[in-house]
Amino acid sequence: MDQLTFQFPAQPCKPSAKASLCGVVSSGNLEVLITQGAQPNGCEVSIHTSAQGFAPIWQAVLADFAAHHALGGTAITINDMGATPAVVTLRLGQAFRDYCGGAQ
Amino acid sequence: MPTSPPPPTWDTRRQRRQARLQRATQAGIGRHVEAARIKTLLETVIAPGDRVCMEGNNQKQADFLAQALSECDPQQLHHLHLVQSVLALPSHVDLFERGIASRLDFSFSGPQGGRLARLVQDRRIEIGAIHTYLELFGRYFVDLTPDVCLITAQSADAAGNLYTGPNTEDTPLIVEATAFKSGIVIAQVNERVEHLPRVDVPGDWVDYVVVAPRPNHIEPLFTRDPAQITEIQILMAMMAIKGIYAEYGITRLNHGIGFDTAAIELLLPTYATALGLKGKICTHWALNPHPTLIPAIESGFVQSVHSFGSEVGMDAYIAARSDVFFTGADGSMRSNRAFSQTAGLYACDLFIGSTLQIDLAGNSSTATLGRITGFGGAPNMGSDPHGRRHASPAWLKAGREAAGPQTIRGRKLVVQCVETFREHMTPVFVEQLDAWKLQESLGMALPPIMIYGDDVTHLVTEEGIANLLLCRTPEEREQAIRGVAGFTPVGLARDQAQVDQLRARGVIRRVEDLGIDPRLATRDLLAARSVKDLVRWSGGLYTPPSRFRNW
Repeated sequence: MDQLTFQFPAQPCKPSAKASLCGVVSSGNLEVLITQGAQPNGCEVSIHTSAQGFAPIWQAVLADFAAHHALGGTAITINDMGATPAVVTLRLGQAFRDYCGGAQ
Repeated sequence: MPTSPPPPTWDTRRQRRQARLQRATQAGIGRHVEAARIKTLLETVIAPGDRVCMEGNNQKQADFLAQALSECDPQQLHHLHLVQSVLALPSHVDLFERGIASRLDFSFSGPQGGRLARLVQDRRIEIGAIHTYLELFGRYFVDLTPDVCLITAQSADAAGNLYTGPNTEDTPLIVEATAFKSGIVIAQVNERVEHLPRVDVPGDWVDYVVVAPRPNHIEPLFTRDPAQITEIQILMAMMAIKGIYAEYGITRLNHGIGFDTAAIELLLPTYATALGLKGKICTHWALNPHPTLIPAIESGFVQSVHSFGSEVGMDAYIAARSDVFFTGADGSMRSNRAFSQTAGLYACDLFIGSTLQIDLAGNSSTATLGRITGFGGAPNMGSDPHGRRHASPAWLKAGREAAGPQTIRGRKLVVQCVETFREHMTPVFVEQLDAWKLQESLGMALPPIMIYGDDVTHLVTEEGIANLLLCRTPEEREQAIRGVAGFTPVGLARDQAQVDQLRARGVIRRVEDLGIDPRLATRDLLAARSVKDLVRWSGGLYTPPSRFRNW
């Protein structure tokens, strides 16, 4: 079990929900919760993961997502059970769309 | 006075054949052979050094005859040269371990891949080459003609006519190559009957028929349980449909057997219909009767399917949909691997499949260290046929993307669809394929590459689509591949500025560039989410094998 935290600079977002939750904690999957954070121009991420030793990949996946999405002012909490980067990016995208609104 | 040389003989093969048939007659064996005497027959009509073709593909297997041959006396039968589609049964490998066979030309080994690699390392087997099916079939008529073939069919009548049932597969081709070059044809059948539903192989091409104690084995290799399709596979299927099928107007195609392509099949009645694509894509197929295609057929998406073989549990459904499938006057399907492979090569505009490794030139391979698995039909379907002359909108569009508006030929679309990491975080994208190390350790003439990079036109990963047709230099191509390789070491080593430029040119397209909402990528989008759903779609005509039933 690893516990990781990251902070990324990001453009401020305009939330349309108080929080959004996506995914489930099961093998190869993860749960992403987006709530309001403390820094309007930054994003705090906190991760509980069952897979050890993947901090550099988490860093790369999250930095890439933060660079392409206005995550400023959010706090992201992740509970992971060995999801691949593909699943992580998909869940982040789904949770972020829900957090910011927008028609499906 | 010098003696003149004896006149040449031109029928040695026929004489040899007659002598062998006569020996069998002397041993008291006629056309219909008792199962208990099968080893005697094999030891009588096969000779050391013969080329032998045991029928079997990844679907049906002449398993009784293969078992019997593997139990023959190695003092009598040795140095056989096997020329056959697959080396899939344990008994096939036993032949080499027992010293009965010594040389192999084949296409696919699947589950026996590990044992096969060990035999090569121990120098107990000599591999001529690993072929694609059509290539091996072609060689049956040139330099690898079987002396004896051991085939399998559903039933035989008194005259030795054979009915193959829906799984005709390779049988007519193997028999043709053997029977018409003075070889010997031995068939195992599931039953002897008075009247056959139809004749798939005429009796005068068949020398011996034996009723096997058990029906021939048929593997349900093309059944994919929708319950196991992941949301990433659904996302990639959405990208393939919207970014490739719709844009090129792909009507004629072949799919691989993985879950990625099963996801595409299950999105046709939902996602593709919502995009207004019904009637515009996926109307004509060279494809085995995948159960996951049932919802698309029932939705009126599909006009025609020609198949390499059948699929366990699909027979009643196929018989009831003769407008779609190729069926005989008796009502049951007639498949044919050689013809369907030809259709996949020349008459389809797109092949899409998956793989285990892709390198920086786009070469892909399913060969991994310590296993020789072969490729079956993929190298054929996944190649651009330079012999093609007829045009279609998809083929022309691809050709023009590659070579400009003045091009004198089109291009087949060859698409590889992969998630960037496999299980246990094994990257699919690699600097060097394991195939090169395999070539070295096994002393092969060529690395076992499944699909050559210069045939690949598109890569689909969870990160986006790379259109390799639009790349103008090897460097661009490499960056386009790195640009969809995600967070693998190959992907992380991309030149971000070049990748951004390729994206601006539309060579690389992300999910958002394609206008796809990732929130739609859920299992709710699948037309069927379980095998039971497929049974319901078929109106109860599909009867899945027990291993796929949980009710």
